[in-house]
Amino acid sequence: MNIVACIKQTFDTEAKIAVSGGQVSDQGVNLILNPYDEYAVEEAIRLKEKNGGEVVVVSVGTDKTQEALRYCLAMGADRAVLVQDPALGKADSASVSVTLGKLLADMEYDVILCGNQAVDDGASAVPSRLAEKLDLPQANVITALEIGDGSATVRREVDGGSEILDVQLPALFSAQKGLNEVRYPSLPGIMKAKRKELKVVGLGDLGLSADDVAPKTEIVNVELPPARQAGKVLKGEVADVVAELVTLLKNEAKVI
Amino acid sequence: MSIVVFAEQREGALRKIATEVVSEGKRLAAAAGTTLKVLLAGSGVAGLADEIKTFGADEIAVVDNDALKDYSTETYAAVLAAYLQQENPELVLLGHSAIGKDLAPRVAARLDAGLVPDCVKIDYADGDFSFVHPVYAGKALATYKVKSAVKIATLRPNVFAAAEQAGAGAVSDFAADIPASRTTLKEMVVSGGDRPELTEADVICSGGRGLGKPEGFEIIEQLADALGAAVGSSRAAVDAGWREHQYQVGQTGKVVSPNLYVACGISGAIQHLAGMGSSKCIVAVNKDPEANIFNVADFGIEGDLYKVLPELITKLKEVTGN
Ligand SMILES: Cc1cc2nc3c(=O)[nH]c(=O)nc-3n(C[C@H](O)[C@H](O)[C@H](O)COP(=O)(O)OP(=O)(O)OC[C@H]3O[C@@H](n4cnc5c(N)ncnc54)[C@H](O)[C@@H]3O)c2cc1C
Ligand SMILES: Nc1ncnc2c1ncn2[C@@H]1O[C@H](COP(=O)(O)O)[C@@H](O)[C@H]1O
Repeated sequence: MNIVACIKQTFDTEAKIAVSGGQVSDQGVNLILNPYDEYAVEEAIRLKEKNGGEVVVVSVGTDKTQEALRYCLAMGADRAVLVQDPALGKADSASVSVTLGKLLADMEYDVILCGNQAVDDGASAVPSRLAEKLDLPQANVITALEIGDGSATVRREVDGGSEILDVQLPALFSAQKGLNEVRYPSLPGIMKAKRKELKVVGLGDLGLSADDVAPKTEIVNVELPPARQAGKVLKGEVADVVAELVTLLKNEAKVI
Repeated sequence: MSIVVFAEQREGALRKIATEVVSEGKRLAAAAGTTLKVLLAGSGVAGLADEIKTFGADEIAVVDNDALKDYSTETYAAVLAAYLQQENPELVLLGHSAIGKDLAPRVAARLDAGLVPDCVKIDYADGDFSFVHPVYAGKALATYKVKSAVKIATLRPNVFAAAEQAGAGAVSDFAADIPASRTTLKEMVVSGGDRPELTEADVICSGGRGLGKPEGFEIIEQLADALGAAVGSSRAAVDAGWREHQYQVGQTGKVVSPNLYVACGISGAIQHLAGMGSSKCIVAVNKDPEANIFNVADFGIEGDLYKVLPELITKLKEVTGN
């Protein structure tokens, strides 16, 4: 069984965001593997451990992304491909899915795994867009995956509950927390990862032009949300502060 | 030129998010001097057209077909894409719900359209739309322009006001070829009982590690009953196994914006604030005066939640009558 995991490198969730010149500054920000992609990579490795085959991790990114890809190799992925190109500098979900679509078109896979959302752009757009490009069935936000004969059974989170779905393979799934417990790379894993293949390709290698991957959206401004002010902290006898709070909620905030 | 809204329904009932998206679609259509068209798809849904009309739809296209009884990406994408190919609108709006999140990017890719997800504001000026989408889980607000002819956006639930307004509401049937789906729904597992959906709720009561034990959520449930609220959770409480992940609020959970958010025994970590920082009113109950949650709370009570909440529940019941 061949599995592809699509990963993105993102800001650490601890990061404070600073804006300069209408753009988010990456000064001093720690970069991590997108938390949901950890579940995708973990699931890919588990599928391989159970069924044999190969796990390839792929990403559209920059030089720095090699770190995140090496981390996946240390977890147990077999090889990695990074697509890196100046023309992808302002890539949006359309650019990324066209690029990945072309990269994967020549690969053999039974399952493609993504994270259900990148914690930076919070778009939840690349997985569905990529499934469309590859004409694959999809199931997003999955918390369980069981491979059967030519199909998979998944549980997917929806509003107000979850759905159990049968999905014909090959298919694309996007991972939600709960899908698995993510392993940490072992020391031998980290050593081995150094010798595993990490191929870097450009758009030209994929037969794509800058026009093909031109973003369809453009960020024209970024600003910080208005800072919240610390409000009133009530202390004292429980009965008094509770009575005061209820009055404030009713008369001042008018929310009850 | 027109604006198209995909009106989401579940089991034959219009979702709250659908009324919000139709209302915003109407407001934008008026601003841009164009028509608001609504696509209503499902099985046994034709009767919902009247309700949609009251939120300002000029035209309502109905696809009522057994094959659309359960949501599936492939069948719904085929119907929506076919309708968009026929209408060729300038702007397409969906809710940023489980269905909208799944459907919008699939259709956007089919039409080669730019997509701005999870918008909290859309403006029309100088002949173009601009879209505000919170990034880094709300730590920053990005304004987008879309360069493709068809522009697609999903709207965050609970942010845009649903407003009744006049619309011609002409209803017609839309005939679409519905392909066989490669996914089959086996079972729908409903959770959460009668409580409102977290992302749609007007009031949310959340508990964190400060509850100290899994049974601690009983008192949060009682508080939620008194307020008619949904129940949320910090990640610490989810990781401890006290609550399922689908109730987690934060950067790697749900992003919510209720009128009232009550955080009990939650310290206010940056990842938690990212998920609830846009709530209109925040109340915190915490025994630590230094807790970061007090830096964002409109009202805080410094004290032991096991002492404060029983009293609060009693007082609230007197006011709300629940
Ligand atoms: C990649 C990543 C993603 C994350 N995503 C999220 C996310 O989406 N959502 C999220 O919430 N967190 C997230 N976190 C975790 C986050 O950093 C915090 O660890 C978490 O929010 C802490 O939860 P808490 O406030 O319940 O617990 P704590 O920080 O332990 O706070 C407990 C609070 O309860 C108070 N308390 C204790 N006893 C009582 C009592 N009897 N009465 C009143 N108060 C009491 C304490 O004073 C304390 O302030 C993420 C972390 C990482 C690394
Ligand atoms: N640049 C990228 N390279 C590879 N995969 C990506 C990239 N961007 C997004 N993805 C995948 O798509 C998922 C959702 O991302 P997004 O649509 O940006 O929220 C991520 O969790 C990744 O699995």
